[in-house]
Amino acid sequence: MVKLPEWRGKDVFRKYGLPTPKGQVVKSADEVEGAIRSGAVPLPCVVKAQVLAGGRGKGGAVRFANTVEEARAATTAILGLEFKGERVREVLLEEKLSIGRELYLALALDRTARQPILMTSSSGGVEIESVADDAIDRQPIHPFPGLVAYQRRRAARSLRLDGDLAKQLDRLLGSLWKAWEGEDAELVEINPLGVVGDRLVALDAKVIVEDDAAFRHPEYAEVRDDRTPLEEIAREEEIAFVQLDGTIGVIANGAGLTMATLDVLKELGGDPGVFLDLGGTDDPKKVAQAFLLMAKAKPRAVFLNIFGGVTRCDTVAKGLIEAREAIPEGERFPLVARIRGNREKEGVELLRGAGVTSVPDLRASAEAVIAAAGARR
Amino acid sequence: MSVLVDRGTRVVVQGITGHQGTVHTRQMREFGTQVVAGVTPGKGGTRVEEVPVFDSVRDAVSATGANASCIFVPAPFAKDALLEAVDAGIRLAVIVTEHIPFHDMLVMYHYARERGTRIIGPNCPGIASPGGSKVGIIPNVVFRPGRVGVISRSGTLTYEIVNGIKEHGLGQSTCIGLGGDPVVGTSFVDALPLFESDPDTDLLVLVGEIGGTAEEEAAEYIRRSFSKPVVAYIAGRSAPPGKRMGHAGAIISRGKGTADSKVAALEGAGARVARFPYEVPLMVAELAAARVRA
Repeated sequence: MVKLPEWRGKDVFRKYGLPTPKGQVVKSADEVEGAIRSGAVPLPCVVKAQVLAGGRGKGGAVRFANTVEEARAATTAILGLEFKGERVREVLLEEKLSIGRELYLALALDRTARQPILMTSSSGGVEIESVADDAIDRQPIHPFPGLVAYQRRRAARSLRLDGDLAKQLDRLLGSLWKAWEGEDAELVEINPLGVVGDRLVALDAKVIVEDDAAFRHPEYAEVRDDRTPLEEIAREEEIAFVQLDGTIGVIANGAGLTMATLDVLKELGGDPGVFLDLGGTDDPKKVAQAFLLMAKAKPRAVFLNIFGGVTRCDTVAKGLIEAREAIPEGERFPLVARIRGNREKEGVELLRGAGVTSVPDLRASAEAVIAAAGARR
Repeated sequence: MSVLVDRGTRVVVQGITGHQGTVHTRQMREFGTQVVAGVTPGKGGTRVEEVPVFDSVRDAVSATGANASCIFVPAPFAKDALLEAVDAGIRLAVIVTEHIPFHDMLVMYHYARERGTRIIGPNCPGIASPGGSKVGIIPNVVFRPGRVGVISRSGTLTYEIVNGIKEHGLGQSTCIGLGGDPVVGTSFVDALPLFESDPDTDLLVLVGEIGGTAEEEAAEYIRRSFSKPVVAYIAGRSAPPGKRMGHAGAIISRGKGTADSKVAALEGAGARVARFPYEVPLMVAELAAARVRA
C-alpha cells in the first residue's frame, strides 16, 4: 500500500482530467515568491502541509495567506511542524476558492462482493467515519462494463446535483473510474469535492496505490510509505518485517504462523517486539539477512518458529548459524528455536552442534523465550 | 466422496518448467494426484517429471482430458494464465502465485465465475484430500485420511494445525487453503456448503486471521445453515490496529475485521474458538470422541 501525498494525488487527478485548484508544491519558503509571481498560485491562497495523516485543518497544518509575505511566513511555520509524528517536508500552495457545498466521493474495494464500490455522500468535508451509514450511498460496480451511465446519474441524485453540475459530475466520475483502473488504486477519495460557483473542484485528493501492481508503476518506486528505516530495509530485501513496541523478536515462516506466534507470546505474558515473516524461502543467505536485520532491531531475545513444509529445516538452520557468526559479539541475543517438519532431524542436529536447542512444543518454547527476555509480567 | 477434488481429478500444471512448478509436480504425484499435463508457452513437446508439456492449456486439455489447473505462473502473467485455463474448459483452478494485483484478480474472479470455473487462491497453498488428490503445495507429510474438514486463510499455520490433528491420531477429509489476499476466488462462505454436504466430513476446523470480514460472514452462515461442529482459531489477536485501512475501507467494514469481532461472531454461532493454535487438535479430538460416544 502506497499512500500518495495530496499534491501527488492531484497530479494523478489532472492526468485523468479531474478538476483541481491551481497550485504548486514547494519544499522551502524561498520557492514561495516564484510560485506566486509566475501565476501558478493565485492570491489569496491556502498553505497546506503535505502529510499523510488526516485532521490537518484543526491541527494548524493548513493556513491562509493574502500576500506573498503571509504565504512565506505560513510556509516557514508549517515546514517546521511535526504533524502526528510526521515531519513536514513539503507544502502545497493553492488558490483559495469560495466553496459552496462540500461533497464526498470515493472508489474503494469491497472484498466481500469482490467488486469496486462507489461511495457518495452529500456530507463531505468531514472524516467519513463520522458520517451516518444512511447518509452514504454505495454502488457496487462490475469490473467489465465499469462505472456505467445509470450509476453516474444515481450518484448525481445522491449528491443532489442537477443541470450542468450533474453533467460535470458525469464526466468527473468517468475520469475517476479511469484513474482507479489506470493507477491500480486501492482507494481514490475526494473529500471534499467542492461546489465552487458553477463548478465542481476536487479540493483534496487521497490516492492509495497497490504494492502488488508496482511492476506496472515504476513512477511510484520512490514514494515512501510510513515505514521505519528498518522496515524500509526489509522491504528492499523482500522480508515481511513489522516493528512493534515489545522486547521479543519473532522469526517465523508464513504470515499466519508469525501472527499466531506473536499471539501465543502475548497470551503467555510475553511482549513481542518484531514480526519477521521469512515467507516461503529457505535460502540460507536470506535467513542470514533476516537475522542480521533482527539484530539491528535490538531484541532482548529471539524466537525462531519454523514449520517446514516446502521450506527445509536444515537449510534454515544453516542460515541461522551463518548469521549468528556474522553478528558482532555485543549485539548477540538469546535464541529459542522451534523447528518442525521437512528435514526436522537434520535441522535440529545442526542447531545442537551450534549450541541451540530446538524445543518442539510451542507452549514450552514460547515460555522459554519469555524467560530469556525477562519480560514476564 | 470429498470436496472438489478426488481420484478423478486430472491436473494440468501451468508454469511446470519453473522451479516451484517442477518441485510441486513431483510432490503432487507422490501424494497420488493424477498430474496429466504441464503448460509453458514455447516448451511444448518436452517432459517434466515424466509429465508431457504443452504450449497451451487448450492443447493440454484436448490431449489429456485435464479438468483442473494448478497455476505457478509469475504474477504479471497470472491473469492471462487463468483466462486461458477458463477458456480451455478447466473447472477448478488453484492459483499458488502470490502478489497478483487485486485489480487483475477482480477480472479473473468475475470472468471465471461467469463461465463456471471455481478459483481457489491466489496466494494459497491449495486443496488436498488424503487418499484422493492434492492440487497445490500443502506438504504431503501433514496428512492422514480421516473425517475432519479444514478451511484456512493461512499457509504454514494450516500445516501446523493439520499436522497437530494427525499427531492426535485423527485425519482429514479435505483441507482447503483459501489464500490471504484481499480478493480470493473461494471464501469461507463459498467453501462451507461444500463441507456441509460432504458425507466424509464430520467436523470442521476454520482457521482465520484479522482483516476483512470473511470470518464474520462465515459465522453468520454457520449459525444459519451449518450443522456440523466447528473448531476455529483466529490469528492476529495481539496485532496492533492495522495501518492498512484507508478511510473508505474502514467504513465498509465499520467495527468489524478485528480479532475480537471475529471470535465473538464465531462463538455466537456455536463454534469453539481456540485461544492457542495447539488447542485446536485437542478440541477436535474431544469433539470426535464425543461423536463416537453418541
